[in-house]
Amino acid sequence: MDKTLYISSSPHVHEGGTTAKAMRDVIYALLPCVVLWIYSFGVVQPFIVMLLAIAGCMASEAAWEKVRGLPITIGDGSAAMTGILLALNMPPNSPWWMALLGGVAAIVIGKQVFGGLGYNPFNPALIGRTVLLISFPVQMTTWMMPRTHEITSATPLSEVKMAVGLTGAIPEELQAQLGSVLFGGFGGQLGVLSGFALLAGGCYLIYRKVITWHIPVSFIGSALVLSTIFWLVNSSKYPSPVFHLFTGGLMLGAFFMATDWVTTPITPKGMLIFGAGCGILTILIRLFGGYPEGVAFSILLMNSATPVIDRLTVPKKFGLVTQKG
Amino acid sequence: MNPVSELKRGIWTENAVLKLGLGLCPALATSSSVENGIGMGVAATFVLICSNVVISAMRKIIPSKVRIPAFIVIIASFVTVVDLVMAGFLPDLHKALGIFIPLIVVNCIILGRAEAYASKNAVLSSAVDGIVMGIGFTVALVAIASVREILGNGSFFGINILGSGFIPMLLMILPPGAFLAIAFLLAGMNQVSAEK
Repeated sequence: MDKTLYISSSPHVHEGGTTAKAMRDVIYALLPCVVLWIYSFGVVQPFIVMLLAIAGCMASEAAWEKVRGLPITIGDGSAAMTGILLALNMPPNSPWWMALLGGVAAIVIGKQVFGGLGYNPFNPALIGRTVLLISFPVQMTTWMMPRTHEITSATPLSEVKMAVGLTGAIPEELQAQLGSVLFGGFGGQLGVLSGFALLAGGCYLIYRKVITWHIPVSFIGSALVLSTIFWLVNSSKYPSPVFHLFTGGLMLGAFFMATDWVTTPITPKGMLIFGAGCGILTILIRLFGGYPEGVAFSILLMNSATPVIDRLTVPKKFGLVTQKG
Repeated sequence: MNPVSELKRGIWTENAVLKLGLGLCPALATSSSVENGIGMGVAATFVLICSNVVISAMRKIIPSKVRIPAFIVIIASFVTVVDLVMAGFLPDLHKALGIFIPLIVVNCIILGRAEAYASKNAVLSSAVDGIVMGIGFTVALVAIASVREILGNGSFFGINILGSGFIPMLLMILPPGAFLAIAFLLAGMNQVSAEK
């Protein structure tokens, strides 16, 4: 037996990676942001929201797989990670049932109906968020201010959208106030601090080779370029690029949700196209769309384009020469 | 012909919407409340019975080459009757259903039954086929609409049943809710059929 030489097709060397290991890395990378989020919004309430979102995801995954008679995969951490991402996408003062329902919607509608992890065309956490946003627009857009924990106010993106919708321009006083978004001066915004926490997590993922740089760089880059163009054209109507980068879910989306293995292209060129599409759609939805925030919608839209992008960007085979004539 | 087994065929084994996948467009669009669902179901059932009877009676004199235009003319006549009667006596429902009343003309359940059944069978059995298929369509619409209205509005047939503390899930009233409700009902029915 041991004297037989086996010939098999490549790959021959396995680096030992598993889904569970990769998910653990993603969860580690999210930790700074999670800690900051829980601390800034008053510890107890956001902690409960996060636990319930995770519980909703894991319980519905286990229940679905049990009913369908499939192997139960909650141990690989992907459901837990979906729950964490979902919670970071919700107001920390959400009612308890909303967190649970979001988790169930994310796993059942976003993942299990398609056949489980690896078969889902759309990012489950974003499906959960979108179901909640469309179902409960009031609850999903009422955020508390960081640190003061009491006042709930509109997010700066929806304030800008309302002001531009009413008067066609950003009023002077709001314009002056917008700078404070970087330091958490608005409901739901942690500004630069969370930007750095996410950046650190994203760099850790790139270092651990869980994700590559292509999608975050092209996502943030294209959003930066497009918002700069609009800002230079008319700065009284369009907010500055810095405002765009540090508000809403752009950083979280670029590093943690647009880089999901299952739902995004696998070729480097495809990833660049995917990220650029996300960035452009995000800014267009924010400036001209019906909803104030466009990160979730843009990633979901690009998710649906992933198979086409993959097909169009198949790399040339090494050494391949096309015969002339 | 056993009426009970025919009824079972219309509601369960050959349910137009949830088994054959026919008439999905009106099923998606008019199931946002139970009232609209029943209105649409009854209107389509009336057209289905009348067109089945007339087409069956005329099946020997319609040349097969022009049978589809002939069916459409017959169906369109009855749809016009329904449209005008509804506009006269149930203006609110007529307004709520809007374009989907005239669109019954091209409803694939009605044309499908004309082509597959009424043009080959006697008048009486075609009438029974129209009744059971129409009931099946109405039952499917009411089932979809119940899910959507209860979850999306907290009410059933316009009566609030879940109390004022219930926060309605708007998604279910909007178009995605129709797709979700149909998909889960269809999957559930297939599961039950598979277990039998």
